Amino acid sequence: MKPAVRTGNHYITGDVACAEGAIAAGCRFFGAYPITPATEVAEHMAERLPDVGGTFIQMEDEIAAMASILGAAWTGVKTMTATSGPGFSLMMENLGLGVCTETPCVIVNVQRTGPSTGLPTQTGQGDMMQARWGSHGDYELIAIAPSSPQDCFYHTILAFNLSEKYRVPVLVMADEIVGHMSEKVVIPDAREITLVSRPRPKGRKDRFRLYQPGPDGVAPMPAIGEGYNVHVTGLTHDERGYPVMTPEAQEEMMTRLKGKIRNNLDDIIRTEEYRMEDADIVIVSYGISVRTGLTAVDEARRLGYKVGLFRLITVWPFPEERIHAIAARVKGLITVEINLGQVHYEVERCAHGQAATYLVGDAGGKIIHPDKVVSLIQEVFQP
Amino acid sequence: MSANTQPGIDHQGAHPLDDLIRTDRIPHIWCPGCGTGTAFSSCLTAIKATGIPYNQFTMVSGIGCSGRAAGYIKIDSFHTTHGRAIPFASGIKMARPDLNVIVFSGDGDLFAIGGNHFIHAARRNMDMTVICVNNLIYGMTGGQVAATTPSKAKTTTTPFGNPDAPFNLPLMAYAAGASYVARWTILHVRDLTNAINEALLKKGFSFIEVLAPCPVNYGRRNKQKSLDTLRLYREKTIIRNGADPARADIDFGRGVILGTFIDRDRDTCDELYDATCRRNED
Repeated sequence: MKPAVRTGNHYITGDVACAEGAIAAGCRFFGAYPITPATEVAEHMAERLPDVGGTFIQMEDEIAAMASILGAAWTGVKTMTATSGPGFSLMMENLGLGVCTETPCVIVNVQRTGPSTGLPTQTGQGDMMQARWGSHGDYELIAIAPSSPQDCFYHTILAFNLSEKYRVPVLVMADEIVGHMSEKVVIPDAREITLVSRPRPKGRKDRFRLYQPGPDGVAPMPAIGEGYNVHVTGLTHDERGYPVMTPEAQEEMMTRLKGKIRNNLDDIIRTEEYRMEDADIVIVSYGISVRTGLTAVDEARRLGYKVGLFRLITVWPFPEERIHAIAARVKGLITVEINLGQVHYEVERCAHGQAATYLVGDAGGKIIHPDKVVSLIQEVFQP
Repeated sequence: MSANTQPGIDHQGAHPLDDLIRTDRIPHIWCPGCGTGTAFSSCLTAIKATGIPYNQFTMVSGIGCSGRAAGYIKIDSFHTTHGRAIPFASGIKMARPDLNVIVFSGDGDLFAIGGNHFIHAARRNMDMTVICVNNLIYGMTGGQVAATTPSKAKTTTTPFGNPDAPFNLPLMAYAAGASYVARWTILHVRDLTNAINEALLKKGFSFIEVLAPCPVNYGRRNKQKSLDTLRLYREKTIIRNGADPARADIDFGRGVILGTFIDRDRDTCDELYDATCRRNED
């Protein structure tokens, strides 16, 4: 077998870096369906997986791709799929099954512009609310937004680690620019990469309860064939995994599903700050638009404005308390994202009227020019 | 052994299939006169008859009355989303080719919403056994027209009769590439059990169509009581192993062919993946 971790300096695209990150994280099953601009993730996995003892299968559609990674995950392997807008829509139903059955898996969405077929080859960040709420019902999951090919490598590993730790599908919300651009990607020695695996059951198999949570709220997960005789269902179920059709069972299950995320926010949420120390104007951004924000900060600082950047690495769960605290000490929050207002409304909600909130958005198809952010700052603030 | 759920009935060792049943989930949801339970117990008997340890099997179901089977079998079992049992099961099979994977579901699930997955799994010769309980109707939602409902039959969504033609399931399975294709009814319990046993031991994509009555949601609207349906199964069926699946249309007026239509050998999806994609480094 070939080495799973390709230690060294590479010049690769974000899509390929996602694939390399997945393999380094221990992903050994990929359920694929081609779609621009995510196809290269699948192409790279098709080539790499057989050589590291993994399995690649191109399914008949994205519904099947998503279903296949859930099934494979229950054999004990780490699994992934990658898609974009229309395929992401098709994955929504089984994403909900993954949440409900607490099945760890990673879904990469290399976002393009919608609605519908939209601009298939051009960038967008319009799937952020779909990532949060796209499957029916009420639930929590984790979404991470890489800003560079290097991020794609590390964030895919992070996605697997969080997915395994919390038994929840994790979304890597990249975009066409990050997915298709080539940059330097440093892949460290395998020993320097921290890997997390799902909690495993111990003790008597006949007394095992499939969804009995451990101290962190996450239940140990057996694999098919180990003799635990699990029943896994998308129906509302009790701790045994058995369907129970009552509001009480629903409440108990939802408390567990939401609680394992909501009670571990400090461990899950990742953010970064740039020139925030004395900032009274804060740009909030994620993914490719962070790069717009970084340039805008420097440019506005040059013009005498005290501007900083608050970067969301994990967009979901949303860093509500952090945004609330920042809003209490600044004049304004400017959300930069390639849509016409999605995360912006979350920032507005969490600012809770303490600071003015603005959106620098775009209908999609291009990265937002930093000048657009600087112009807004000059228009509404005094240096 | 789990606790009794029905007062007055002693479940302790009451049935030879109890070791394969989640007895703590009994009573089941299936209506009086439904054929799913018979197909289910045939499946359990066939599993037992293979002599293979139970933990080397897994069952995947979709949504619907038959889809509840996965909730009653005491092995690792999965009740998934509507129509998606086969791709879920394909993920299991390709990640763990040593497991014996059974898909147990209904005609609405497998052939309307899930039809695309069925033909692709057959095309790839995905090594699994697909058991379709065909009751000609969407039972759980109250009797709507299915892709298997006979022309002219009355359902809640075809109140004037079904204007469409049904699928011939054995023909579709054969045309798509299945290795093993059989059809029985729930009246032919021994033949059905033997067929499922053969299918479980058969390498490749095996498909068994099980004709089963739905007196509540199909029979009631089509002047067919439970025993009328069973009488049709006895009097209007023709057992013909090796028959041309093109002649397998369900027409009780003309006679419905039962038996093993197809039993052929070809390499499976996981074997072909290993042979084609895993390069030898030597």
